[in-house]
Amino acid sequence: MRSRSRIAASWSNGRTRLDCIRSCAPIHLRDTPDGVYLVGGAAGPLGGDDLLLEIEVESGATLVVRSAAASLALPGTGGASTVVINTRVAAGACLYWLPEPLIACLGCNHRILIRAVVEAGATVVWRDELILGRRGEMPGGVSNRIDVTLAGRPLIRNELRVGPGAPGWDGPAVAGKAAAIGSLIVISPELAHEPAPPVRLGPTAGILPLQGPAALATAAAADGRELRAVLETAQHLLAG
Amino acid sequence: MGSMNLLLLADGRFPAGGHAHSGGMETAVATGGVSDLASLHAFLIGRLATAGLAAAGLAAAACTTKHPWDALDAESDARIPSPALREVSRRQGRLLLRAARALWPGSVLDDLGAACGGTPAGARPSVHLVGPHHPVAMGAAAAAAGLEPLDAARAAVFNAVTGPASAAVRLLGLDPLAVHRLLAEMAPDMDDSAHCAAAGSGGPLDALPCPGSILLDLYAQRHALAEGRLFAS
Amino acid sequence: MPPETPPDRLRPLRVGVGGPVGSGKTALVAALCRMLAERLHIGVVTNDIYTTEDADFLRSQGVLDDNRIRAVQTGCCPHTAIRDDISENLEAVEELETRLAPLDLVLLESGGDNLTATFSQGLVDRQIFVLDVSGGDKVPRKGGPSVTSADLLVINKIDLAPMVGADLEVMRRDSVARRGDRAMIFSSLRKTDGAGEIAEWILSEVAQWAKPSSVRG
Ligand SMILES: Nc1nc2c(ncn2[C@@H]2O[C@H](COP(=O)(O)OP(=O)(O)OP(=O)(O)O)[C@@H](O)[C@H]2O)c(=O)[nH]1
Ligand SMILES: [Mg+2]
Repeated sequence: MRSRSRIAASWSNGRTRLDCIRSCAPIHLRDTPDGVYLVGGAAGPLGGDDLLLEIEVESGATLVVRSAAASLALPGTGGASTVVINTRVAAGACLYWLPEPLIACLGCNHRILIRAVVEAGATVVWRDELILGRRGEMPGGVSNRIDVTLAGRPLIRNELRVGPGAPGWDGPAVAGKAAAIGSLIVISPELAHEPAPPVRLGPTAGILPLQGPAALATAAAADGRELRAVLETAQHLLAG
Repeated sequence: MGSMNLLLLADGRFPAGGHAHSGGMETAVATGGVSDLASLHAFLIGRLATAGLAAAGLAAAACTTKHPWDALDAESDARIPSPALREVSRRQGRLLLRAARALWPGSVLDDLGAACGGTPAGARPSVHLVGPHHPVAMGAAAAAAGLEPLDAARAAVFNAVTGPASAAVRLLGLDPLAVHRLLAEMAPDMDDSAHCAAAGSGGPLDALPCPGSILLDLYAQRHALAEGRLFAS
Repeated sequence: MPPETPPDRLRPLRVGVGGPVGSGKTALVAALCRMLAERLHIGVVTNDIYTTEDADFLRSQGVLDDNRIRAVQTGCCPHTAIRDDISENLEAVEELETRLAPLDLVLLESGGDNLTATFSQGLVDRQIFVLDVSGGDKVPRKGGPSVTSADLLVINKIDLAPMVGADLEVMRRDSVARRGDRAMIFSSLRKTDGAGEIAEWILSEVAQWAKPSSVRG
């Protein structure tokens, strides 16, 4: 299934306005007072799916994107599934991407490509959580690549790969025995004034200050709950 | 002359400080992640597929000498989220550049030295911070030695795998023959990674591989603060 | 050589301090810093397995500011870091020299090693080798590159000689046989001014080094 969805937010008359909210199955977008929700109509990305989501946040606007429940990456007949998220965040705009986790189910073959073009002076909080298989299940293949440019300079390029086809992913160099891995990227003008210090958030979790007014919290956790707790601590420390 | 220079550049005895770095192995051993041959193997496979591949891509791109040094520098920063590892990378890059300039003097390495601040006698406080990232220095050194991008990728991959392997021999007292047999078994994968990394060396830099590894990043942060460490990283 | 290396003599004298584990290298470095602090600007690079206790020790002794000490890790191979691949040490030395310029003296303590460990000429200008009597009075006779070629041989812990049955006269004789008229000093660093003679040796080497017309030895 091919789908193209889009959210565009701008600032007018003293508040954030959604100029565009276009859903295309299987992605359903719903505007709520709490943010725009990705509502799971279908189970989640199936093999063969090719989904694109565009997000634009204009100067002054604040956009929060959440999801109602975890999504499942499932195998399908059509080969790999791909989700591409293209984001542009203008100076003085804020984007909070805080969806529920993705669960990598046995046999899935899923790629996520996130490209964020962020202007100087923008605020971004971007959370990614990946649960490595349903209970007792080995995960299928997932690759999650995030590319952020800030003020025209590459800020972070990071691809995490798990499952069959990702050599050594469950070994002591990459994710070890973790059942859930995730990250939180925070970009904020405040971190330009007071750079984030490196912080240890547990034996396999920590905050890594990036080259720029930004930091990456990264974690390999025993389960989704522990992962969320660590990333929430990080969010609290980095973005108040 | 090319392949002889590749052997020189990749040799563990190349005097650029490599022997003092464990590539995360010291912390992996300290935290129990690596304790025997099997766990060493798992570590090395993961390191090859992540840090090794990322370094090889940057080294191969640098070796083309087609990309601006500052763009390669930014691409390196973006692929190393751990600040401790960024510093280690620059330190090793600085030492490699110094050694390579003594071996293969010429405009390639002079340009790189000038672009990354060098260490002119007047530049006092920044001495500790400047220097090219290690993979960039590796690629530039390979170019200066008349080598191809694929060779640079090979050297980077070899360095990424054999460094921690020899650290494991020293830290755990593993049988060096068994560890080297393991390296020989990994040789085809190392070659594949080098080819894969070199394939995109002339293309856009954002398309270079950027595989991350959560534990290597966290180990590096932890190691930088560790008491009584034996290795520099 | 890279152009950034300042020409000799515009930089301080670099002195390596080597010797077996526990022979008194750190004690000597501390004593020298204490005795010479008034007269020389000193930086220290240590290859010891460095902990904050070491730093605390030196700081609490008022020996040297923390920022004048750099620790270099040697990856379990102390002799490699001072002889075969000196780059990490060289980097640390140059960083100190640049940051704290002008320095008169940099002391570089190697990790404890064996009798064959010597410093590279690319790293230091003079080397001191510290033995102690507790290894037995036969050690100088064994020779080895460090005993024969060090610019100064220190035989330390002579206060213990009676207890371990070491004959200092034998050590002196063997050392002269190995080293000819190169300098050799007995010391006991337990005593307050136990490093006095060694400090004098350092001062004369620094004076030699700084003299524009001096010819390098
Ligand atoms: N009795 C006696 N003890 C000494 C003397 N000099 C040093 N010591 C003691 O010997 C021990 C080792 O001295 P260090 O200075 O740490 O020796 P080191 O050569 O730096 O040791 P490593 O760095 O571990 O190789 C310490 O307990 C010192 O107090 C001495 O002249 N006499
Ligand atoms: Mg010592």
